[in-house]
Amino acid sequence: MTEKIVLVNEDGIRTDGRKLSELRPIKLEVGILSNADGSAYIEQGKNKILAAVYGPREVHPRHMALPDRALLRCRYHMAPFSVEERKSPAPSRREVELSKVIREAFEPAIFLEKFPRTSIDLFIEVLQADGGTRCAGVTVASLALADAGIPMRDLIVACAAGKAGGHLVLDLNDIEDKEGEADIPVAYMPSFNAVSLLQMDGLLTIEEFQQAINLALEGCKQIYALQKEALKAKYQAIKESAEVTEEE
Amino acid sequence: MTSIMVSRIRRQQIAQLIADGKRLDGRGPKDYRPIQIESGIIGKAEGSARVRLGKTEVMVGVKIDIGEPFSDRPNEGVLTTNAEFVPLASPEFEAGPPGEESMELARVVDRGIRESKAIELEKLCIIPGKKVFVIFVDVYVLNHDGNLIDASTLASIAALMNTKIFKYEIKDGEVEKKPGFSPLPLRDVPISVTFASINGILVVDPWLDEEEVMDARLTIAFSKDGRICAIQKGGSGTLSPQQIIEAAHIAKEKTEELREIVVKS
Repeated sequence: MTEKIVLVNEDGIRTDGRKLSELRPIKLEVGILSNADGSAYIEQGKNKILAAVYGPREVHPRHMALPDRALLRCRYHMAPFSVEERKSPAPSRREVELSKVIREAFEPAIFLEKFPRTSIDLFIEVLQADGGTRCAGVTVASLALADAGIPMRDLIVACAAGKAGGHLVLDLNDIEDKEGEADIPVAYMPSFNAVSLLQMDGLLTIEEFQQAINLALEGCKQIYALQKEALKAKYQAIKESAEVTEEE
Repeated sequence: MTSIMVSRIRRQQIAQLIADGKRLDGRGPKDYRPIQIESGIIGKAEGSARVRLGKTEVMVGVKIDIGEPFSDRPNEGVLTTNAEFVPLASPEFEAGPPGEESMELARVVDRGIRESKAIELEKLCIIPGKKVFVIFVDVYVLNHDGNLIDASTLASIAALMNTKIFKYEIKDGEVEKKPGFSPLPLRDVPISVTFASINGILVVDPWLDEEEVMDARLTIAFSKDGRICAIQKGGSGTLSPQQIIEAAHIAKEKTEELREIVVKS
């Protein structure tokens, strides 16, 4: 066995140079795939994740259609090359579970009742994983849904907090997730102060848990601002290109 | 699944009662249904238990085998949890490959046992990096009347508590069984408490009718020392941060009661 890894040094600095309550650098892009009705891409630290939305469209197979609302389907999937040891492309039990909780995270946000008998299909492909992929996946999928023009009550934003090296930390990376004491992924609708995804593994007292939740929600609010900027940036780019053509 | 109209009427009725602090089956918001635990009911399994939580009935069998450790944990035994929604348990269950519900159930039960470090996996190594004990926890749902997570967690931990491991000796790098058994080394008794949020009000141990109308489900598991060891939110509704903290405090209290029932059984 290797010696114990120091996750937080005596100055309160983490393995990747971050402070305890600092997010990883985040890059968001909206509308990057031409076939999908909506798409987006996120880089959060070393995570690289694509999301695409198809729909509302006709449901296949047809018997799955719901008479009073749209059927939301979600697939969270990791590319075989996204992790250290090749991952079999067949969906693992973890991926099936995450697809379910991510779908449930979005159901309260989308006006599904506006599109009865249709399906909205949400695909999240993790191209490179470095911890916190379900949260980054939710954050980027939310932009893909907005890009597809699907009416939502709010953007869903997700971020994890947890405990690593004896300290409460925000936005755990892979090594903090694996070697740390606890990980709490949270998805949130900031305008409603409503949590739509919550999981935890590890060991925490109630007091630590309460602090960690608040930390995660603070992280969510920061990412929420980035999400809005990314959406505006897409239309800003369209506007600018239109202005250029007019001048010509 | 009941029809949309029936579920809406039912929902109204259940939600109205809950707003008055009552429930359709006469329980209070923090009351569990009666719990019955029978241990060691399957002689062929190394450990077993059947839990009845009201009309919900879950059986767990623990089987032990010898296998390879994970490459990143060469000195530890392996825990594998699986859940089976047997078609005789509910008109909703169908035979076939496991669906997302049963995978989620298995993973939430597993999370409670694993994260509390309930099984002393480091004592289950036979030959480091080569041979370890593999503990299979198989959850068998026999009658579904709601709150499968808590019933399955109770049954799993009850089964692990009466699990015995065969004695062995190593001959030329091969493991040979010897007569006699020793108990599975356990250091914790993780217990989960599941809530349904119905119109923003939390009730514990939802039965099937409440599950069908609930907005969201929240499971919180606690280890013996009163720390949270697993959480899972389910369902297509939301919870406020205040509700989550309130649930954690109620759950801590309830897990202590439930743990006593398991330990005494």
